[in-house]
Amino acid sequence: MAVAAGQPETPEQSENPLTAGLERLPVSPTTLVIFGATGDLARRKLLPALYNLAHDGALPERFHLIGVSRKDKEHDDYRAECEEAIKRFSRRTPDEAVLATLLENVKYVPGTFDDDDVYTELTTCLEWAEKEAGEPLNRAFYLSTAPNFFPVIVDELGRSNLAKHKDAEVRLIIEKPFGTTLEEARELNRRVLATFEESQVYRIDHYLGKETVQNMMAFRFANGMFEPLWNRNFIDSVQITAAEDLGIGTRADYYDAAGALRDLIQNHMLQLLCHVAMEPPVSFTAEEVRNEKVKVLQAIPEPTIQEIPDMALRAQYTAGHAGGEDVAGYMEEEGVPPGSRTETYAALRLEVDNWRWAGVPFYLRTGKRLARKVTEIAVTLKPVPHLAFSQDGSLGVQPNQLVLTLQPNEGVSLRLGAKIPGTRMIIRPVNMEFLYGTAFLSQSPEAYERLITDAMRGDATLFTRNDEVEAQWRICDPIVKAWALEPGPPVAEYQAGSQGPKEADELLEGDDRWRAI
Amino acid sequence: MSRIDAVWSEQGTTPDRIEAALRKLLIEVHAEHEDFAPARVLNMIAFVDREWSGEIANRLRGVGRYHASRMIVLSYEPNREQLDARVMIAAEDDPAPGELALLRETVVVELGDKHMDDLLTIADPLVVTDLPTLLWSPHGHHEIVSELMPLAQAVLLDSVVEPDARDAVDRACELTGEAYVVDLAWLRSTPWRERIAALFDPPALRPELRMLSSVTVRHHTASTAAATLLVGWLASRLGWELEPLTANGAGLKGTARAGAEKVSLNLEAAPELQVPGLAGLTVQTTTGRSLSLDRGPGGLRAHNSTPGDEGREWTIPGASRGETGVLGEGIRQALLRDPTYVPALKAARAMLA
Repeated sequence: MAVAAGQPETPEQSENPLTAGLERLPVSPTTLVIFGATGDLARRKLLPALYNLAHDGALPERFHLIGVSRKDKEHDDYRAECEEAIKRFSRRTPDEAVLATLLENVKYVPGTFDDDDVYTELTTCLEWAEKEAGEPLNRAFYLSTAPNFFPVIVDELGRSNLAKHKDAEVRLIIEKPFGTTLEEARELNRRVLATFEESQVYRIDHYLGKETVQNMMAFRFANGMFEPLWNRNFIDSVQITAAEDLGIGTRADYYDAAGALRDLIQNHMLQLLCHVAMEPPVSFTAEEVRNEKVKVLQAIPEPTIQEIPDMALRAQYTAGHAGGEDVAGYMEEEGVPPGSRTETYAALRLEVDNWRWAGVPFYLRTGKRLARKVTEIAVTLKPVPHLAFSQDGSLGVQPNQLVLTLQPNEGVSLRLGAKIPGTRMIIRPVNMEFLYGTAFLSQSPEAYERLITDAMRGDATLFTRNDEVEAQWRICDPIVKAWALEPGPPVAEYQAGSQGPKEADELLEGDDRWRAI
Repeated sequence: MSRIDAVWSEQGTTPDRIEAALRKLLIEVHAEHEDFAPARVLNMIAFVDREWSGEIANRLRGVGRYHASRMIVLSYEPNREQLDARVMIAAEDDPAPGELALLRETVVVELGDKHMDDLLTIADPLVVTDLPTLLWSPHGHHEIVSELMPLAQAVLLDSVVEPDARDAVDRACELTGEAYVVDLAWLRSTPWRERIAALFDPPALRPELRMLSSVTVRHHTASTAAATLLVGWLASRLGWELEPLTANGAGLKGTARAGAEKVSLNLEAAPELQVPGLAGLTVQTTTGRSLSLDRGPGGLRAHNSTPGDEGREWTIPGASRGETGVLGEGIRQALLRDPTYVPALKAARAMLA
């Protein structure tokens, strides 16, 4: 007798009945085109990420890679460069057979990004890939170039009829920085959206691809105990820190033009703030999540020129000691122009003017050459309304503080008051700690592995939308402009290896204190 | 080599003393090395025959970061009179600067027939409370699995190890009523299932899933259970009606009914395959499309042909996980839930009835 094996969904009900239960969902056949294919980002991050996806069997069934860059070379030369970069920078030792398989479908197009011939050759390569596959392939154009080439490439793609494909999806992946001012961001959005639909555009903020950042959503929205406290009635302040112990290294050209505010606060740290402050989205679709983040950014008042000295501080590191060694100050670093006023440290006090957060200060700080490398979010609760215990002889009852550490040692720590053993009722703060690493077997994938896969799958949840970028710039742009004025506000100083400039304390309200880095 | 390796052992010991030693050792290690933290993910109890315990230890060593945070090995030697135990706390890696490294605990208890009636009370004090527990008995001993089941939320088994595929599937079905079953035979088919799902994922090809006319699975001579599970997966996902398969040389054959269409099923032994699992797969559709996947260097070799087309061959990249990789994946899966295994297993049982 025949036995029915299951309750199938009809084709109308189901997109693909075979994907149920699979951890890795299919990715549509794709040709990925990397502009800036010989650059540092491609070598260190993108190519190793592609190899690791190949190793895990996570690339699309049909996958072709085309590198575009100015340097003149043959396909085989580029394949050899890819191999070298993957072997050097991959998080795992490559399997030779897998690597060879991946490299079989790699091609290279040399030329400058404003040269029409490049796009003619690129079209030939894209069509060749489809002929090889015997089917239309989605196309993903990854702009891993200097930002001044973004509009040039976008325009050329449009002119060459590469922004659309009648039988497949075309996507544009753009690396940061997405503009260096609000005007630039708006202009870039205008140029990009003149050629591509917003739904085709994937603006990368690689912080969003980190497991640690995604975990914040799980922490807030999968645990019922925090949400009742997560508002102005119980939270006194929020402090977000992204500190680095290293200096600028060999990146003086980039860093001196960018500075700490543009480098970290405008994108990454405002994203962290959004994750702390956003309302629970109706669902975890790209649009719902990004709608909630934009609402947070829109609730942050644009600082006026008069307010900036009281809510923003910049500083540069001077010579000091780091890791037991003497280190140079910023002005002595190789490549830094004399008289540079670029900040290597920035701190802001922001407010989120909405029902949930009105009156709660959000402190953001980031800097190079600080005492330690740490990225964390500290949420300080209001003190208890009445204290029945004597504070004599103890460290006192301190407000509860919840610290989400993103790196290193991703974890959650809760500061509680506890009685010191003995005959007297003396309280001191203790920490209850949880480390993510102790509770999972899996290794986190690199952010770029997740982001490249999501872009190829068409999932934009972890990418920044155009209005999000502009809302971020609306907050930072007035500060950038104020700091650019001549002579402008003074640039504070802090010794390399220290906790940062003392002047940063002036941003704090009431009894608030910066946490030790 | 382990960066930290704290060891305690005692002959003629008791579960209480072993548990106390574990706690003491953890405190000592943590006091000496603040940059090491105990992992708290999963208990795993392995009941092994002592004469093969070395081989099992080697397999577990190979799983790397998928090592259970507390591994309890009950090493069985029939005539043993005395309970002996060894506790090891080890970290595989040095911590990266500013970061923590993880400590993992292994407890080996040597026991004999004399202790079998008290097995539950021997193992119970050794598991970390509130962590999920995975139970594995790689050398059979089904009665022991039943005995220890109150401690476990998941059972690890390998359906290809049973000499008879039907017994293997029956056994797995029986266990699914008591705990979540992680079947290594099923996990060996994961890359195949992912690829079949992906090959039919383009919207233009999805309707052809309802037009499959034949499925041929080539498998290791001892992996009939794995091949049947793969066909069972297709059958359960696509709603086929199944009939028992019949012998066909060294393989099995039969038919399934997909609506009004018949699907021919063939399970073929592939003597050239040296490792357990699948060697290849071919599906054909009523439209004349033929899609094959076969093991190859650097990934699965795919072949696709349609009427009037000479056919295309390419390799879908992917590294072989090897048997230790499959075991590691099995341990990881104890913390997840795959809703498609049980329907595939029931379909496999219908085919092997």
